[in-house]
Formats: sequence, structure tokens, C-alpha cells
Amino acid sequence: MEPYKKHESIAALMNRSNVDTDQIIPKQFLKKVERSGFGAHLFHDWRFNDDGSDNPEFELNKPAFKGAKILVVGDNFGCGSSREHAPWAIADYGFNTIISTSYADIFYNNCFKNGILAIKVDKDRLDKLMAEIAANEGVQFVVDLENQQVTTPGGNGFSFDIDPFRKGNLLSGLDDIGLTLKHVDKIEHYEQQHKLNFPWLWV
Amino acid sequence: MKKTMYEKIWDSHLVVDEAGQAPLLYVDRHLMHEVTSPQAFEGLRLSGRKVRNPHSILATMDHCVPTKNRNLPIADPIAKKQIETMAENCRVNGLKLYDMTDPNNGVIHVVVPEHGFVHPGMVVVCGDSHTATHGAFGALAFGIGTSEVEHVMATQTLPQKKSKTMQVVVNGTLSKYASAKDIALAITGKIGTAGGTGYVIEYTGSAISQLSMEGRMTLCNMAIEAGARAGLVAPDEKTYEYLNGREFAPSAQYWEQALAYWKSLPSDEGAEFDAIVTLDAAEIAPQVSWGTSPEQVIGVDGLVPAPESFSDEIKRQACESALAYMGLTPNTKITDIPIDYVFIGSCTNGRIEDFRIAAEMAEGTQVAEGVTAIAVPGSYHVKQQAEQEGLDKIFIEAGWEWREPGCSMCLAMNGDELSKGQRSASTSNRNFEGRQGKGGRTHLVSPAMAAAAAAAGHFVDIRKL
Ligand code: SF4
Repeated sequence: MEPYKKHESIAALMNRSNVDTDQIIPKQFLKKVERSGFGAHLFHDWRFNDDGSDNPEFELNKPAFKGAKILVVGDNFGCGSSREHAPWAIADYGFNTIISTSYADIFYNNCFKNGILAIKVDKDRLDKLMAEIAANEGVQFVVDLENQQVTTPGGNGFSFDIDPFRKGNLLSGLDDIGLTLKHVDKIEHYEQQHKLNFPWLWV
Repeated sequence: MKKTMYEKIWDSHLVVDEAGQAPLLYVDRHLMHEVTSPQAFEGLRLSGRKVRNPHSILATMDHCVPTKNRNLPIADPIAKKQIETMAENCRVNGLKLYDMTDPNNGVIHVVVPEHGFVHPGMVVVCGDSHTATHGAFGALAFGIGTSEVEHVMATQTLPQKKSKTMQVVVNGTLSKYASAKDIALAITGKIGTAGGTGYVIEYTGSAISQLSMEGRMTLCNMAIEAGARAGLVAPDEKTYEYLNGREFAPSAQYWEQALAYWKSLPSDEGAEFDAIVTLDAAEIAPQVSWGTSPEQVIGVDGLVPAPESFSDEIKRQACESALAYMGLTPNTKITDIPIDYVFIGSCTNGRIEDFRIAAEMAEGTQVAEGVTAIAVPGSYHVKQQAEQEGLDKIFIEAGWEWREPGCSMCLAMNGDELSKGQRSASTSNRNFEGRQGKGGRTHLVSPAMAAAAAAAGHFVDIRKL
């Protein structure tokens, strides 16, 4: 995982709520056995017309949002299936930051595991950010994870909360497995107890 | 301190709980299918790590497998590759796999209970959101992402955040034609798809105790549709009886010891939940979803709602776009909605009881003109059992297709799908846009409702038949 650095990037706006993982990455693309290349299919059914051409109506196809790293989106983003292909597709497309009021649990966890910073804001703040983008498409926000701070040219900046563990992992780009394996002696100890308490699980 | 069942399971599985770091939870069972695991194996391989406890894993193939002509090679080259990759990964790592030709094959969440692989008090994970199904046994079972699949394989643990607890109390007795599915849909309708976010739900009350194990699985399966991390039902005599004698259940030598542990699991009298939701089972009508989210659901005697009927702006907009996608007009009677396709199956409603009640409804009827109806057992064991009971003949005589097991049209990855604009009555769990095929329109219902709709060509209030 790449360490997450402070950046200034275009913020793309998708004013939709309850966007589910079936929309983020439609299931016809789940059959790959590799991790990469899902970005080309992000939001496929919305993004492309039936003949495969770009759907100009779809938000992310707007030229102003090209190269955006920040996605500002409505409530309960990422609901539905637990497929991690959804954050892979988002990251592979180029986003490393999402701003919304709420996320589905599994999706939220998966974002951090894939180097995506998922920021939660209140409804009022989200409305302001959305309004700022709508009024000035292509506007760039600064995201500073170290200081837990987002700044915007329109003065709608804010500071955000994040679990310190997740923050540390994003900043260092360290993978979770490596962190856990530092505790391998504790895992072994637990398993010894487990064998004594639940011998039927070990036969 | 008085504890809920969730807290008991949580506490007993904590491996590391240190400040500044997410608690590490021990994982007892790890379930797998072909879609969400290949990249996890790829990750293990690339980092030179090994599967820590191969015996904790049970794998199947279900999402991409064809439900007919199983003897022919899989036509879709990518699906074929996934199937082959799964077989190879299991072989190399020494994992139990019920592959496509295995008599134990089927949908992961149907197969696992059949073999008694999940017990009360366990922590169970799978790269699949409907892992919640296994909460029916009083196990903490939840879906994880592919990097977590890799994490569990390598460490047998998972960094987790503790959830809040929600008690959903369902008292009273269901009417004859309402089922666990209707309870699940009614709960989602009541609290919404985000209502359970951040919570683990424990289902309690007389209507829940009365449910069979199959019914409890249906109910817990859809905990995720209400946004919850997991659903739980306290183990009781039905649970123990169900498990007794199954392949991976504790053997006679350990049975009493296991039983004593299981009996210690139910929430303590007076334990506190962070939220409580109450429903009266007697009031739950057979449910039909009308929109593109499982919370957009109503009793079969209801009308398709009008966007204006929602005071909440987001819900109003959601209704409007759902109706546009679903091709429905406000205030249409649910029973006037015609259907093109009927699907009975999935990890929600692909068990023997589901086919029994559906066959009861289908017996002596004919699938309505222009309607395709498919019955897809959740596993080969379900299929075999149904055939022994003669249910397959009932379906076939009524004009249904009787298929091989798999996820099939629940998510339409294997070629079983709706075409654009087609409308289904489906016993699966999700009605998202395109779930059953691009442009397909899904109405979630119980097996009895689906079977009745197949014969009528539209939804019917089965209480009035
Ligand atoms: S039946 Fe449907 S919900 Fe269940 S595991 Fe298969 S695809 Fe997922």
C-alpha cells in the first residue's frame, strides 16, 4: 500500500444516496482472479451507454472531474454486497479519499485496507461541500490526514475524526497482516487455551 | 456484569486488546467461495505466507456455477478460470472443498449448516455479506472483504471494532402464510437499510423461538439488508437437535462439554442493549418489495407508494428513482403487478422447507402464460431431499424448471438472469438495480408468495387463496 500523503486534488461530486456496491462495480466484472484493473469498470452501468460509449449524463464523465482524487457523495455509500472489488475499483480509478455522511460498515472497513481515506461529515457540512463543487466544478480541496483537516477554497474546510489505528496504517502504508503478526505469540497462546476449552474443534 | 450474547462471544475471542490498536478477534471458522477468495490467495502467495489453520476452512463453488447442463464445460471462460483457480488454491493449501461435482456442493451458507460446521459461540467469517446467516446458531458470523480473507488465512484473527447491540423483539404468532422472510423484510422496511449500521442484532421474542432453524437462517441472512454487522439468535433445544450427529458437530465424547458451553451463551436476563426495536408477528402480512432497496417493501395488500407520501426528502427521491427503474406507477395495487419470472432459491430461501411450502402452493397449478419459473435448490442435499419427497415432480408438472444448486439468479453471475425490463418475483435478498440482470426488476418475496405469483402471473394475497 502507498503511504497516504497530504494532497490537493479535484473533488468530484456525486449527489446520490445509498449507492450500493452493485453500482460501484457491477457483478459481471467480479469474475477476475486478479486484483488490478477494476477501475475501468467503476460505475459501469451508469458510466457507459449500452453501446459502450461514455454516458455524458453521468457525473464522473464531466471533463471538470477528470483526474479527481476526492469523491464527495451522498449518505450510506457502499451499501449492499461485501465485495472488496468496490474499493479496488474506486482506488484503481484514482480516488484515494471519499467524503460522505455515512458508509456501509463492511465497505468502510475495506476502504482503509485499500489505502482509501473515508471521511465522515455531518449532513450540513456535506451539503455545503456539495454546493461548493456544484457552483465551481473542478474545484480542488486539500486533504491533510496528518492533521485531520480538509480545506476548500470556498471556506468550507473542516477537521475530521479518524480511528488512530487506521490513520497510522494509512500514513505508513503498512499492511494489516504485518501488524497483526507482531502478536503471533499471543495468537499461539490463545490457541493453546482454545484447544483446552474447545477440544472438539481441534479433532 | 450482565452481558448480551454478542458481548460474551466478543470477550471470549479477544486475542489482543491494547490501547491505540483495533482489538484482535480470534476466528473459529472461515468459509469460502470462488469469487472473493482468489485475490486473497494471490496475496498470501506474493508475501510468502501460509494458511495458519487449514482445518478452520470450508470452501464451495456457488456463485458462477451453471444450474443446468453441469456435465458440459463451463461456457464463460472467466467463470471457468475462477472455478479452476479455486480448486487449485484449495488443493495447494490443503483445504476442504465441495467442488461442482461433489455431492455436498451448494451455496456456501446452505452447505455449511448442513454439515454442522458452525456451532454456537463461534466467530465465523466469509468473504460474503450473507455470512450473517450463521447467526441462526448463536455464532457471531459476519462478512469480510478479500484483504480480510487474506488476513484471517494468515493469522486466524481479525482486527475488529466492537459493534453496538440492538435487540429486535418479535412477539406473537405469524399468520399461516407469513414466514421468516416476511419478518426479515418487515424489519428492513421498519428500520431501513442503514437502521442497523454499527450494530449486531439479536432477534428475540416468541415468534423467533417458534421459527425452525431454517427460518432462523433466513432471518439472520437478511440482518445485513438492515445494515447490521451480524444477526444472532440464542441457541436452544432446536439448535442442539439440529447439530447433533452432523459431520462437524462435536462427537459424542465431547457433546456434553459443548452443550454446557452453548447453554452459557444466551444473553443474561436484564443485559442491556443499545437499541430495541419491537414488532408484532401477528401484524406481519406477506411482504413484497416494490423498489430497488430492501427497505422499499410493503404488505401484499398494500399499494405502490407515491413519492409524496415520504416526508423525508432522501426517501422521497429514492422512491421516485426506484419507481422509474421499476416501471411502476404510484398507488398501483401490489396484487396488480404482473411478473415475467419467478426464482425460488438462494442462501435466503433455498432450503428444504422453502421448497416444501412452495411446492404446496404450486401443486395442481400451472405457471401462467409468459412466465418462466425456476426452482434452484440451495445444495445437492436439498435437491436430493426434495426429490425424495417428490417435490421436483410437483414443480415440473406445474411447468417449473427444476435446476442444479447454486446462487443462480440471486445475483445472476452464472448466466441465469433477467433481460432488460423483465420483472421477477424472487426469494433472494437483494433488489438493487441490475442485481438479477441489467435493467431487470426484482421483487423480493417469500417462497410461498413466489409460487403463488408464478401460477397467477401477478402477486396474490396468499392469505385469501
Ligand atoms: S445465494 Fe445470493 S446472497 Fe447467497 S451467497 Fe449466493 S449470491 Fe450471495
